[in-house]
Amino acid sequence: MTGAAVSKIVSMQQAIGEHVPSGSSVLMGAELEQMIPFSAGHEMIRQGRRDLTLVGPISDILFDQMIGAGCVSRVMAAWVGNASSGVGYCFRRAVEHAIPNAIETVDYTNFTLAMALHAAALGLPFLPTYAALGSDLLKSNPNLCEFVSPVNEDRMIAVRALQPDVAIVPVQRADASGNSHLWGNLGVAIDGARASRKVIVVAEEIVSPEVIASDPNRTLIPGFLVAAVVHEPWGSHPAPVQGYYGRDHAFFAEYHEESRKREDFERWLEHWVLSVPSRADYRKRLGESRTTGLRVQEHSFTAPADFGF
Amino acid sequence: MVAAAARKIRDGELVFVGMRLPMIAFALAKRTHAPGATGLFENGIIRDTPAPTLLYTMGDPPNLSGATFCGDMISVMSLLQQGRVNVGFLGAAEVDRFGNLNTTWGWRNGEPVRLPGSGGACDIACLAQRTVVILAHDPQRLVARVRHITSPGNGDGGGWRRAHGLPERSGPSAIITTMGVLRFDEDGEAFLASIHPGIHVEEVLRNTGWSLRVADDLIVTPEPSEDELGVIREIDPNHFWTKT
Repeated sequence: MTGAAVSKIVSMQQAIGEHVPSGSSVLMGAELEQMIPFSAGHEMIRQGRRDLTLVGPISDILFDQMIGAGCVSRVMAAWVGNASSGVGYCFRRAVEHAIPNAIETVDYTNFTLAMALHAAALGLPFLPTYAALGSDLLKSNPNLCEFVSPVNEDRMIAVRALQPDVAIVPVQRADASGNSHLWGNLGVAIDGARASRKVIVVAEEIVSPEVIASDPNRTLIPGFLVAAVVHEPWGSHPAPVQGYYGRDHAFFAEYHEESRKREDFERWLEHWVLSVPSRADYRKRLGESRTTGLRVQEHSFTAPADFGF
Repeated sequence: MVAAAARKIRDGELVFVGMRLPMIAFALAKRTHAPGATGLFENGIIRDTPAPTLLYTMGDPPNLSGATFCGDMISVMSLLQQGRVNVGFLGAAEVDRFGNLNTTWGWRNGEPVRLPGSGGACDIACLAQRTVVILAHDPQRLVARVRHITSPGNGDGGGWRRAHGLPERSGPSAIITTMGVLRFDEDGEAFLASIHPGIHVEEVLRNTGWSLRVADDLIVTPEPSEDELGVIREIDPNHFWTKT
């Protein structure tokens, strides 16, 4: 049995238990508003993780929830809030009043965070950019350093490489070894997976290696980078997964209201996370009519590409 | 406000669209005077056609379906750094007389309020050829000096951007508010260039946090045409983004 692939498929409980200890730096929300690994974040909350560093350009309400649950001591992000409703109340309470605990914020811009991961993915200590020159972000983020370019004497920013301990990347489909097809807007997912020490893939579907090899251009994460594969349909709800389900806009608006006060947030957390042992139970709690309404209404398949020879 | 923003897009331009009202402005421009404009989204999307439905975020499935390109953030944001992007739209909690933006720290009842942060705004403000800011006209929001420069405008006046190493062909072009349109003069300071129909200059001045200069050739912003209003109503029928 030489070369036979070993299955890396585990439950979310096992993946988080084994690969995301307290104190880890975790990249999530790499695909921006689509495909946010809510189920992974919720499992970290249930397993009582503490002292995490969250890394991600924007994170929509996932980072807000994890901050509110007390899992986080540091956030390295370009934007933390609720993309369709505005501010993140748990983020505000933590920064302004240390509730439930104080957090450190390392403010990036989207492009400089992408450059930090790209530098690590390239195996470089930094990358130069003109973005963020003149901004007050330079005063507070020690990973953005002004320097003079040795080739043209321009003022530039050196963006220090950022290597998260683990990247958690939702994908549409993966094989058991972790070779992954994903599509739609990719954000910093490819660089993020290559930059991180470990990758956990969260797949809507598990497919055979033949399906993956039928369209190699769509294999954006090669399996040898992947430590664990979790098969978790609806793992990104309320964020959308192209071709699987839409964005649950109402859920974001409801969270905005239900997280405004700390005691309401605690009730929200109990209802949607702490009292829900698995993603299957979470789906039951959402209810059939809600999930039916979010399913793809009209499929739109790509034209086939011929890989024949 | 949306119609005034749409008119800042010229046909054939590369536009960094962003979130909220600019998404409507881009769709409006595409369907009226700028059918050849291309929309860029920092999450990695390029569109030659506006999305078929209202968007709540740039990552909504209708914005991916039928896109010209879906890829990673760097392949789209690098177009900014190359100087290819003609115009970028930004919102802000605060803008000051030199067009600097703050989306990091607010202030309420004497206490600091932590806001979401830059997102891609600072990148766009640094690197797009022209940036257009859209916000409600309020003296708490149009301030003499922002408390935190999240996204640089003209700093403290003419020459500041070049002195800080920002590209020569970049910087703030207009601030579109609920009362009028501000533009920038040679020394980098904003002045009132046009007022919306039914608004008085005194009202604008009273609601601006510094002594705003008024253009000698101040005009009244042309009203949105029936065509433009029709398109806006069609794109946002329930007024989710176009409340004002």
